[in-house]
Amino acid sequence: MLNDHAKLMQAIRVSGEIVGRKKLQKMIYIAKKIDFPFQDRFQFHFYGPYSEELTTRVEELCNMGFLNEVKEKKGGYFQYRYTLTEEGKEFLSLNQVEMPHLEDVLTDMNEQNARFLELVSTVLYFDNLSKEEVTDKVFTLKSSQRYTLEEIDEAYQYIEDLKKKTAAVMELN
Amino acid sequence: MVYSAEKLSEEKVFKDPVHRYVHVRDRVIWDLVGTKEFQRLRRIKQLGTTFLTFHGAEHSRFNHSLGVYEIVRRIIDDVFAGRPEWNDDDRLLTLCAALLHDLGHGPFSHAFEKIFDLDHEEFTRKIILGNTEVNRVLVRVGADFPKKVAEVIAKTSEKKLVVSMISSQIDADRMDYLQRDAYFTGVSYGQFDMERILRVMRPREDQVVIKKSGMHAVEDYIMSRYQMYWQVYFHPVSRSAEVILTKILHRAKQLYKENYKFKYELMHFTSLFREHVTLEDYLKLDESVIMYYFQIWQEEPDPILSDLCKRFVNRNLFKYAEFDPAREYKKLAQLTTLFMKAGIDPDYYLVVDSSSDLPYDFYRPGEEEERLPIHLLMKSGELRELSRESEIVDAISGKRRTDHKLYYPADFLQDETTGAEWKRQIRSLLE
Repeated sequence: MLNDHAKLMQAIRVSGEIVGRKKLQKMIYIAKKIDFPFQDRFQFHFYGPYSEELTTRVEELCNMGFLNEVKEKKGGYFQYRYTLTEEGKEFLSLNQVEMPHLEDVLTDMNEQNARFLELVSTVLYFDNLSKEEVTDKVFTLKSSQRYTLEEIDEAYQYIEDLKKKTAAVMELN
Repeated sequence: MVYSAEKLSEEKVFKDPVHRYVHVRDRVIWDLVGTKEFQRLRRIKQLGTTFLTFHGAEHSRFNHSLGVYEIVRRIIDDVFAGRPEWNDDDRLLTLCAALLHDLGHGPFSHAFEKIFDLDHEEFTRKIILGNTEVNRVLVRVGADFPKKVAEVIAKTSEKKLVVSMISSQIDADRMDYLQRDAYFTGVSYGQFDMERILRVMRPREDQVVIKKSGMHAVEDYIMSRYQMYWQVYFHPVSRSAEVILTKILHRAKQLYKENYKFKYELMHFTSLFREHVTLEDYLKLDESVIMYYFQIWQEEPDPILSDLCKRFVNRNLFKYAEFDPAREYKKLAQLTTLFMKAGIDPDYYLVVDSSSDLPYDFYRPGEEEERLPIHLLMKSGELRELSRESEIVDAISGKRRTDHKLYYPADFLQDETTGAEWKRQIRSLLE
């Protein structure tokens, strides 16, 4: 019952706040790819994997008054800051979702910038391809971002670290 | 003659109620239509459960796929051919991607994907790249041709113009399904002047643009899309059928997990329940197969599975009430408790379903948006985003409409042989 809404709210709650729509999209996608049970379907768009369903859910939660969206001017563009409202916290307390270890993973991702998460999510999107092919994809589809080979290596390393982090926390429990 | 350039000795045509004729001259296209994976689409309805509301809506994904191919063929052959911005080397790639764009859809896709964690786009990719008849046709064009087709469909191709012809806010896919779904449902909303739109489309490096003179035809297309979503696709009775279908799958999967002994052998469902579906398993699924299981599951001793299947097969659907999650989530918790007290499992019989649509969205400079807007080509050669020129489109741009409903079995709640007091309380909350 509104379980998918509750999962998204839980993700924002454990992150404290998430700044940027692109960042939110990439965080949920990466979490989904490392096996957290988010149901939203993603397709490849301009900034990498993107879910229309997730965008809809965020808008719905804002309209319901469960999510607070603050539009802020940053340099030449606007960005959006998301936090849970008091009403949202109350809703979540009545609709608890179990996603152990989510906080560790999302906190880590929240400390990264959106540009890097865009690269990480793109690498994960093409996880059926070899590293060489992925690199080629990044250079072709993301040419405007001018990612370097070193950054692509970092993205691979980051994915490994996230997976280890999830596995390590699971072992501890 | 190389296979990619080979033409049939005579043009083949498919009679089509929407486009009158679908024309095929390329040998590759003809061969693709004849593959068993493409023929399978005849057995998958385009609109899933909508036929339970609009009885004419029995058309298939096969019809639609041919329609998308025909629209793209007309754009290329009648409008783009010879223009310097169009590379005719991309013609066959675009036609194949148009024809095959829905190849991975399974029966009642949405419900199946949700319950069994499947992704039809992933299966489209697997059919095109795997050991299939489709792949064998495409490989004859070139060793890397299947990969190129798959990339266009997945929108990961660097050929953005080609991608935008099949997938964008004004693409061949939508232009076909709006008209086709309107025709087969019998509604009058999905009409717009497609011929006019095709004539004013122009190729640009990274997308199709529309000549300013065609703006009113595009306005009509966007309004018809808006109407079709709310009048047909989100019709509450079709949604009720979809809710029941989803709950049947949910129940059957749950029973399998609990080692319930099904009366009849499961065969097709075993790999779904184990969540390890091979391409071979997947291609065996179609709506006839699924309806067979729904028939036999009516005789299962499990009362929930049996009841839900009877409802679906005999169209005894759930009733619905408007629901505002923001104001009524506490009421929902209350209803959940009352359902349990009345002996009606709320996991299967009390369902919130949401529909949401954004008819058109525009790009806001500097913002983190992901949708490519429709661009108008002005006489000066300048490109202008549609909603800056059209007051009608501006009025609905970026405005999402969402609707939530609460579905429940009214017949159960009327039956007071058990739990009468709880059921009365439930009814008073739902009224």
